[in-house]
Amino acid sequence: MTGAPGLPLPADRLVRLLTGFLREEAAKAGFGRLVVGVSGGIDSALALLLAVRAIAPERVLALMMPYRSSSPESVRHAEEVIERAGCPSELLDITPMVDAFRQVAGCDDPLRLGNKMARERMTLLYDRAMRDGALVVGTSNKTELLLGYSTRWGDGAHDLNPLGDLYKGQVRALAAHLDCPPSILSKAPSADLVPGQTDEEDLGLTYEEADRILHYLVDLGGRPERAAEALGVADETVRRVVRRVVRSQFKRLPPIICKVQARTIGIDFRFPRDWGV
Amino acid sequence: MKLAICQLSPTLGDVRANLAKIDQAVVHAERHDADVALFPELALTGYRLRDLVPHVAVSLERPDPVAARLAEISRTLPLAIGLVEESTEHRFFNSAAYFEDGTLVHVHRKCYLPTYGMFDERMDFSPGERLRCLTSSRFGRVGILVCEDVWHPAASTVLTQAGATMIWALSASPLRGLGAGGEGMLSSDSWRELVRTMARFHTVPVAYVNRAGYEDGVAFAGGSFAVGPGGELLAEARPLEEDILLVDVDPEATRRARAAYPLVRDERPVLIARELERIVRLRAGAGPRR
Repeated sequence: MTGAPGLPLPADRLVRLLTGFLREEAAKAGFGRLVVGVSGGIDSALALLLAVRAIAPERVLALMMPYRSSSPESVRHAEEVIERAGCPSELLDITPMVDAFRQVAGCDDPLRLGNKMARERMTLLYDRAMRDGALVVGTSNKTELLLGYSTRWGDGAHDLNPLGDLYKGQVRALAAHLDCPPSILSKAPSADLVPGQTDEEDLGLTYEEADRILHYLVDLGGRPERAAEALGVADETVRRVVRRVVRSQFKRLPPIICKVQARTIGIDFRFPRDWGV
Repeated sequence: MKLAICQLSPTLGDVRANLAKIDQAVVHAERHDADVALFPELALTGYRLRDLVPHVAVSLERPDPVAARLAEISRTLPLAIGLVEESTEHRFFNSAAYFEDGTLVHVHRKCYLPTYGMFDERMDFSPGERLRCLTSSRFGRVGILVCEDVWHPAASTVLTQAGATMIWALSASPLRGLGAGGEGMLSSDSWRELVRTMARFHTVPVAYVNRAGYEDGVAFAGGSFAVGPGGELLAEARPLEEDILLVDVDPEATRRARAAYPLVRDERPVLIARELERIVRLRAGAGPRR
């Protein structure tokens, strides 16, 4: 039995690495400002705590964007971590936008509404980024990226992501190291789209299992057919994880372009992202 | 001698599905009196594998169920096919394997791995270190080249000097740039010119076996063809789509061409080897021998 993956570096060095990343990338974009959507959950809490260590807190904007069905506890937790971060914030209620969509699109499907909420939040984050000359900080961790547990062009859309190579358990450990409020550390992770919903019920497996299986397959390069025995988990759980990773690969990549000419964007037009910065 | 050029579109990463398709194509070829079925580069696995390379690799040195299945299929008809080969020391090669009468007869490991522009093969594969002909009880000596090998004329020179009287060029050539006229695609036009020139240089018939289909937005051009020993076009498959092209290659035409143009006879392997050896020594920092 192999334990859950620990932090890839001692916590202090990891913080230095991630804050350096946020600082450098924000400076390259020219304005040195960041905007973070803060939900009251652990991922966005950690992203915010890193952002205010990377650059001066007054250059970071935290946005709270609840829908009317969002748990009131979520906003309270978001306020707690924003207070700890010491940065300016705005509370923007997305209820009118989502309810207009409900009516126009005739949609009451919770999954599609959840996607809509994520995309509305994205449009607000990008509006504030445009207004302030800031970059949008992503809050997706490696576990949910690999499992495809995100909304394409919703929470999946951002400019830079300090958490994308950290598993959920590692996010929790680092958040604890940065004095994240205990109320956030101790609650069950939830997308907060439907009252009482938890990620682990949605996924049909615990984050602890998912982290260990993904770490074994992705980071250690282990074979799927050996994972169950090596980790002491059920075959079916491994199969479910593998299926999710394979089926969500498209979500992790930019749209594909049909190659027609000699040099094609995304295929052989190979300039770095840092071209000319 | 009748070749079946099987211009298929494999499913990326799905060896089982591709084996079924290969089996069907071989049966089709056999029903049309073909003597051999030729498949494109990486026809067993698809091309843009990247991290899938170790997942789809086949061993040709130890017992392997997929290699055994290919050998089994060759009881219906001999076949040459592109696949990912894993060596005993776990190096991965972009290989072409030739099976005949239930046995693996020959392996060519792609020697020239394109790593520029849209290609990144050296990232995933080791380059082959041998240029040898296969010897078949049915066809005599044949040289197999894989895609980029064709763009390095030394490869076809070595194979024809080693006795090849036919060349099979297995390819997974993407469409790059639409040409000016008709169905002309820049990549297909270049391949036709290149292969015709190769045939004329060595008075050798060549089958160019390309694939069809799309992977990650890149179309493979299809348009497989065969040329005679004077570079004359014998037959051509459809562009872009799957197709099985049956084409007769007449050994007598090769004999006539070689009698009229004794280019292979008049090649100077000793001279070339001596000069190359001198260049290699110079490059290695040693002084000239003479």
